[in-house]
Amino acid sequence: MIGEWLDIGPVTQIAPGNARTLPVRGGEEIAVFHTLDNRFYALVNRCPHKGGPLSQGIVHGAVVTCPLHNWNISLTTGEALGDDEGCVPTIPLRVDAGRIYLLREAVVRPRAA
Amino acid sequence: MNAQTGFETALPAATGERLVVIGNGMAGCRAVEEILARDPARFAITIFGAEPRVNYNRIMLSPVLAGEKSFDDIVINSAEWYAANGIELISGDPVIHIDREHRQVVSRAGRVESYDRLLIATGSDPFVIPVPGKDLPGVVTFRDLDDVDKMLAAAERGGSAVVIGGGLLGLEAAHGLSLRGMQVTVVHLMPTLMERQLDEAAGWLLKSELERRGQAILTGADTEAILEQDGHVAGVRLKDGREIAADLVVMAVGIRPNTTLAKAAGIECERGIMVDDHMVTSDPAVLAVGECVEHRGQCYGLVAPLWDMCRALADHVTDAPTGYTGSVTSTKLKVSGIEVFSAGEFSAAEGAEDIVMRDAARGVYKRVVLSGDKVVGAVLYGDTADGNWYFDLLKKGADVSDIRDALIFGQAYASGGTRGDPNAAVAALSDQSEICGCNGISKGTVVETIRAGACSLDAVRSQCKASASCGSCTGLVESLLQLTLGDDIQTGPKTVCKCTSFTHDDVRRLIVERELKAIPQVMQELHWTTPDGCSACRPALNYYLLCAWPGVYEDDQKSRFVNERMHANIQKDGTYSVVPRMWGGLTNPRELRAIADVVEKFNAPMVKVTGGQRLDIFGIKKEDLPAVWADLNAAGMVSGHAYGKSLRTVKTCVGSEWCRFGTQDSTGLGVQIEQLTWGSWMPHKFKIAVSGCPRNCAEATIKDFGVVCVDSGYELHVGGNGGIKVRVTDLLCKVATEEEALEHCAAFIQLYREQAHYLERTAPWIERVGLDYLKEQLFGEPDTVRRLAIRFRYSQQFMQDDPWAKRAAGEDSELHQHLAEVRPLELAQ
Ligand code: SRM
Ligand SMILES: Cc1cc2nc3c(=O)[nH]c(=O)nc-3n(C[C@H](O)[C@H](O)[C@H](O)COP(=O)(O)OP(=O)(O)OC[C@H]3O[C@@H](n4cnc5c(N)ncnc54)[C@H](O)[C@@H]3O)c2cc1C
Ligand code: SF4
Ligand code: FES
Repeated sequence: MIGEWLDIGPVTQIAPGNARTLPVRGGEEIAVFHTLDNRFYALVNRCPHKGGPLSQGIVHGAVVTCPLHNWNISLTTGEALGDDEGCVPTIPLRVDAGRIYLLREAVVRPRAA
Repeated sequence: MNAQTGFETALPAATGERLVVIGNGMAGCRAVEEILARDPARFAITIFGAEPRVNYNRIMLSPVLAGEKSFDDIVINSAEWYAANGIELISGDPVIHIDREHRQVVSRAGRVESYDRLLIATGSDPFVIPVPGKDLPGVVTFRDLDDVDKMLAAAERGGSAVVIGGGLLGLEAAHGLSLRGMQVTVVHLMPTLMERQLDEAAGWLLKSELERRGQAILTGADTEAILEQDGHVAGVRLKDGREIAADLVVMAVGIRPNTTLAKAAGIECERGIMVDDHMVTSDPAVLAVGECVEHRGQCYGLVAPLWDMCRALADHVTDAPTGYTGSVTSTKLKVSGIEVFSAGEFSAAEGAEDIVMRDAARGVYKRVVLSGDKVVGAVLYGDTADGNWYFDLLKKGADVSDIRDALIFGQAYASGGTRGDPNAAVAALSDQSEICGCNGISKGTVVETIRAGACSLDAVRSQCKASASCGSCTGLVESLLQLTLGDDIQTGPKTVCKCTSFTHDDVRRLIVERELKAIPQVMQELHWTTPDGCSACRPALNYYLLCAWPGVYEDDQKSRFVNERMHANIQKDGTYSVVPRMWGGLTNPRELRAIADVVEKFNAPMVKVTGGQRLDIFGIKKEDLPAVWADLNAAGMVSGHAYGKSLRTVKTCVGSEWCRFGTQDSTGLGVQIEQLTWGSWMPHKFKIAVSGCPRNCAEATIKDFGVVCVDSGYELHVGGNGGIKVRVTDLLCKVATEEEALEHCAAFIQLYREQAHYLERTAPWIERVGLDYLKEQLFGEPDTVRRLAIRFRYSQQFMQDDPWAKRAAGEDSELHQHLAEVRPLELAQ
């Protein structure tokens, strides 16, 4: 089981309300989010609008507001909320015993929800 | 310790198959009870228990510690029960080996029992963080009665205790120990208490209440070592260097399913012992139940799921299989006087919607999370009466669409005859019934006021004070407006955002009046309708608090827009631009050389002269920013705040020093003004210019604050803007000396800082309040200018440390560094 999951370290390295990035060689950079109610999500770090780095946006609820033009992106589905349309791939994530794990195959081949 | 023998059994053991149970705890015994209830004669039962006592209600250890219950009160099955049911209890003698081949278990005392069916119910072990000193005498966990006895013994001697872990267990331990007279400090790794059950808002309320009760709560605190003195625990040291003295240290950081025996016996385990829907392990003869199991990828730490597991198990072994499909859990904190409830998911799932109700007067926070028409989660603080009702709706997956509007007010209200229509419910109230508790306003009065012409929430607030204080009756007043006026309601002035019914002015006023000093506190006291605000109100509140409490309020990084968090301007490609300050537009070879070096060293694709008389270095990666800043600092340059809602630039012209028309030293004054005002956070960005004569080469009359020098002194202009909507400044006044110019600049900025709305530049601000109002505020009384300037200078003490220097020195490095890099090698399965 652990084999399918990639250990990216302890939950404490991302403060609530923040996100950190995980570059993937030959792949797309991933943003790992820690919400204010202490849930964790992983998205490809590319806004569906014009590719803004979502990791740099303000996190509220399970939503991140893109730093470039303020689109709101759902952390659970990767979809743009409100009138905006577009979707960014999410990466299955699980937290176990204080460590964060990402689904390996999704890390290599992210797919839109 | 030597094992004590089991109780003699009164009845002859039943003659059926032999069932051996490992673990005399809550799940093990409940499983046995369930089996007996179905088929008493089926098994000859032997139970091994490591604890030297009968089965008791573990969750009640907290009240025992707190002195609210005794051990006898919490015993579930007395010795008589075992005897009466022909169960052999071997307590105080743990099983140390399972021999699956011969279907036998071996106890520490050497006792061998063979089985047809084996049930493993070994629960879980407290997790002990591997820090130096963890094994010292005086370091205890919180799992069984022996632990409680150790704590009570320590409490007898008095002194202070540190509880590591701010979850359910830790807080109940802390509560018990402080009731027993110890001085308790809770050390919690995460920034909010019980973060797995509570959101930021509820966690904050809980923390403040515990602090009010005299406990010290340290969040975001990472334990580095447990300190020792003559062989006994003496305290705890945190990673940040802080040390807390303690005569007792309680480790309550979590639990681990106890799988030791099963693993050793080759039974399949992951986090827990793997079981199917009938609680059968990888060995058909071996069952497992309780906290030690992992079912469908889940391990549980609460009793409710165990009861379901035990039913499924009993159905299975008595040949009437039903199957366990997993549990949704809810949590209640057992700390007398504090009501906390949490269930299900509260981190908004897809299409999920929050309904939030706050009542500051009663210290209540309620949040129900809906997905579609179903309740998927609830967090309650201060009033948990409806917890079980929400939990029930959640488990049933009930459709709540027709009680939705009233859901948050609770069961009584929602399922009342009014079929959950809040308006109908309010209509049903008598005219005498009180609407606004704070100001004692009755329904009758409010309705009269509305009939008399108050057609908006704001009008009602100002004319009869209803909902003007704490605001918790806002909903009721809105219903009354609805009922009385139908569609003629006028919506009040623009609120800060959709999260609140208060305007910017209200919020700013109340922050000061009620001395609100933290974002979650403002949201609670002012009844925010969302749990943690949005990208519009968080930055605004952060600024208002920063402005109201200089030196006291701690800036909340996560509530700032990226540019202000990163201290650089984000570009369309995700890189950043860096603009060092050039005081008054002046520079020198050293600075220019440093900039040139940075451009080459970090091969910045572009460097440009800005419209603000300084240089902008483009295309810097977030990882490189601290290094770039270090180099610029080395040459004496600080942040230019080209990214901030703060002082941007002070443009100057050459002035009397060189220019044949110059009347005053505009360059020198510009530099002085920039040194006075740089670093100050403001409602929006702020630009200044000083021109040496009315030819105005520095464009001072389209700046937020502009100085135009004349022979007789200095004309001070305000409210200019050269941007989207160009606005020429208004002349504020004329002064004779540089000192006065500086003083007035400080005063004007402070007035703007204290009164403008967040994201309102000086131009629209003055358009809104009018120049006369401004002059009144500044010159109405003889020394207001002086007092404003003093307040500005005071807050500047805390603002004028270069953010770049701190980052270059390593502060908030995680904002710049990647978590890690994933290389194909690690990905290859
Ligand atoms: C760099 C610069 C253009 C240049 O190359 O000259 C610039 C660049 C930006 N301006 Fe500007 N403005 C720059 C001078 C100006 C000026 C001229 C001046 O300051 O004398 C103005 C008109 C004067 C004024 O502001 O009243 C100006 C009016 C704006 C506006 C409209 C403001 C308004 O109230 O209408 C915006 C948008 C905003 O702030 O909301 C803006 C926003 C921006 C932003 C920050 C857009 C953004 O949010 O990313 C641009 C950032 C680019 C970057 O990454 O650095 N910039 N901007 C100038 C930096 C000055 C400096 O040294 O700090
Ligand atoms: C202080 C405290 C407060 C709690 N409060 C709550 C609450 O409010 N609500 C809630 O739902 N849950 C609460 N819990 C959790 C709840 O008590 C557990 O979920 C429950 O006890 C688990 O039951 P179990 O039988 O799986 O494990 P246990 O009850 O721990 O039983 C396991 C037993 O097996 C014994 N054992 C282990 N290894 C061996 C061996 N090799 N041989 C023989 N015996 C062995 C252990 O000594 C133990 O007696 C609380 C727990 C604690 C400690
Ligand atoms: S004028 Fe527009 S494009 Fe040019 S720097 Fe300013 S904001 Fe950017
Ligand atoms: S790139 Fe994200 S909103 Fe434009």
